[in-house]
Amino acid sequence: MDVVFNQAFAGLSIASILLIIALGLAIIYGTMGVINLAHGEFVMLGAYATWALQTHLGLGVITALPLVFLAVAAAGWVIEKVIVQRLYTRPLDTILATWGIGIILQQAIRLGVGAESKFVRGPQWLSGNVEIGALVMSNYRLFVIAFSLFIVAVTWLLMTRTEFGMKLRAVIQNRGISECYGIEAKKVYSVTFAYGAGLAGIAGALITPLFSTIPTMGTGLVVDAFLVVIVGGLGSLVGTAAAAMLIGEVTALFSIVINDTLGRIAVLAGIIILIRFRPRGLFPSDTRR
Amino acid sequence: MRRRDFLGRAGAAGTMGLAGGLSMPALLSGARRAYAAEDDIPVGLLFSLTGAVAVVEHTLHDAALMAIEEINAAGGVHGKQLRPIIEDPASDPATYADRARRLMIRDKCVSVFGSYTSSSRQAVLPIAEQRNNLYWYPTLYEGRECSRNIMYGGALANQQQDILLPWLVENFGKKFYMIGNNYVYPKEENNYCRILLEQLGGEVVHEEYVPMGHSDFSSVINRIRAEEPDVIFTTLVGDSDVAFARQYHAAELDPEKMPVCSLTRSEVEVKAIGGEAAAGHFSSAPYFMGHQSAENETFVENYKARFGADEVTHFVSEAAYFQVYQFKAALDKLDPANISPTAIRDAAVGMTMMAPQGEILIDENLHTHLWPKVGQWQSDGQAKVILQSDERISPKPYAAYPGQDCTGEGLVKT
Repeated sequence: MDVVFNQAFAGLSIASILLIIALGLAIIYGTMGVINLAHGEFVMLGAYATWALQTHLGLGVITALPLVFLAVAAAGWVIEKVIVQRLYTRPLDTILATWGIGIILQQAIRLGVGAESKFVRGPQWLSGNVEIGALVMSNYRLFVIAFSLFIVAVTWLLMTRTEFGMKLRAVIQNRGISECYGIEAKKVYSVTFAYGAGLAGIAGALITPLFSTIPTMGTGLVVDAFLVVIVGGLGSLVGTAAAAMLIGEVTALFSIVINDTLGRIAVLAGIIILIRFRPRGLFPSDTRR
Repeated sequence: MRRRDFLGRAGAAGTMGLAGGLSMPALLSGARRAYAAEDDIPVGLLFSLTGAVAVVEHTLHDAALMAIEEINAAGGVHGKQLRPIIEDPASDPATYADRARRLMIRDKCVSVFGSYTSSSRQAVLPIAEQRNNLYWYPTLYEGRECSRNIMYGGALANQQQDILLPWLVENFGKKFYMIGNNYVYPKEENNYCRILLEQLGGEVVHEEYVPMGHSDFSSVINRIRAEEPDVIFTTLVGDSDVAFARQYHAAELDPEKMPVCSLTRSEVEVKAIGGEAAAGHFSSAPYFMGHQSAENETFVENYKARFGADEVTHFVSEAAYFQVYQFKAALDKLDPANISPTAIRDAAVGMTMMAPQGEILIDENLHTHLWPKVGQWQSDGQAKVILQSDERISPKPYAAYPGQDCTGEGLVKT
């Protein structure tokens, strides 16, 4: 039984990382219909930015978070301005374009920084565990869970309580009409893309103490994040959060009952069945189509 | 690729094209050029400089190239220079086969040095056998292979585990947890480990394999917590090993009570893990960078001087280095007018040499007699050698398969 609780906690920590990554992906897709295949590379950029800040400026992972967010958001903003913006009328081409961008980013890091994995030290004050009976929870993972809740809250406030959020929701509902009301959809898009990229960057920073920092690290993560977005319902904030939880927990529990490899297969099969019966995800957003 | 290499290769490619054009009629008329008819001796270097395994293979390439340069600087072989012909197979097994063929046929290399993964070795093996050439493979591997055309420089299961297992059982206990990546090497090693463990009265509490590149080990760590093994026996490679080690450390499991013992973790992986997270755990290998010997001092010093003070040497790059010297020593024994891959092989068998790890010997089965060691990782990223075999251990590629043996005649049933 202890194992199950520990595993539920592990699932929660996986879910919270997935959530941060998927949130950016979902917002970008929900707003502008761009399927951003370079999202995993934004995670990777975030990890490398953290590494650079730690090695060259001596900043800890947590202190680096806001800087990493800004840096990756800036990179996302530039990419949106230079490439993605030209493709809004051709949504399918964005898949190819962002895939290409992803490869370019990967190779740029490989050429510029090197292919070998980089070492990032975790925060000292978050080392150690909280133990409640047989339940062992690592402080760092607890922090990651708390931080992802914070991110969800901030994103929710941004979407529902700010002028930008209102404009954003208007653009999501109907771009043409919102433009008639004087909303600059282009500007909204740029900021949204940058914000989504920045979230991915944060996820990248948060996983550096646990995973290895290599140019290809984003590829696997983005696949999971896509699953979350699909299961959650495209563009739905609540759906993304619920799906991240669900996939994280189910993956964790399956892997302890069967094993990691078969657990993953089982989760994929489950998702396929779910999509068969709820093709628009768990919580489809009620936009007019 | 470095710019100088590129220029050199571009130049070489140019002249090669020219020479190829000129020698074409000769080739058509059936004249066969002897291997050593030229002024220098072409040697193939087949290490991935790009792609997934480039991180490790680059260091092997560097070590082999350094050995060639050292030999050339010291006057070469029979007054001839070794001419390295560098190919980059880009971490793709099919490309390995293609480039190996090119090196052996077009470039007339008398030997090709290369590769890290078993899959690339297996891709090159049929080519080396067809051409009756020699392929020098420096990596530790799973055994169960007996080719007359591959010179194996790395450790076999018996050379890594025979001294390790009794020591682990004695010092930590009999319950082993096995974790590895899902491919042939971890399975063969675990197979051998089970056999030894049974003899020692130990047991395997769990055996599991994760896909290559798998990086979230939270459920594995929970299972380890639940099973409470005495030793975690790992054959994870590359990034999986790095992620596992870091998460193990973050979970605050105590290496003194439950050490991770790896057959694959070297200075390269530890550099990426971070010394602190790797500290206290063990690796079994015939060579560690911190090994004390005059030969190793020279090796490490030269390596750092040539490639940078931050670089590390490890048990595969050491073999990539000494294999070039073995090749040279075999050439020294031959008549310079008549060198062929077969002659080199026959000259190399039985030869001893002082390598950085100690005095090594090439067995008649073309594997190498090595000096097994167990190192405990320190927080500075180096291993302290805490156990060393008293004698050189002979290679047994079929140790886990009674009734079969690899000898000088090839595979025999006993």
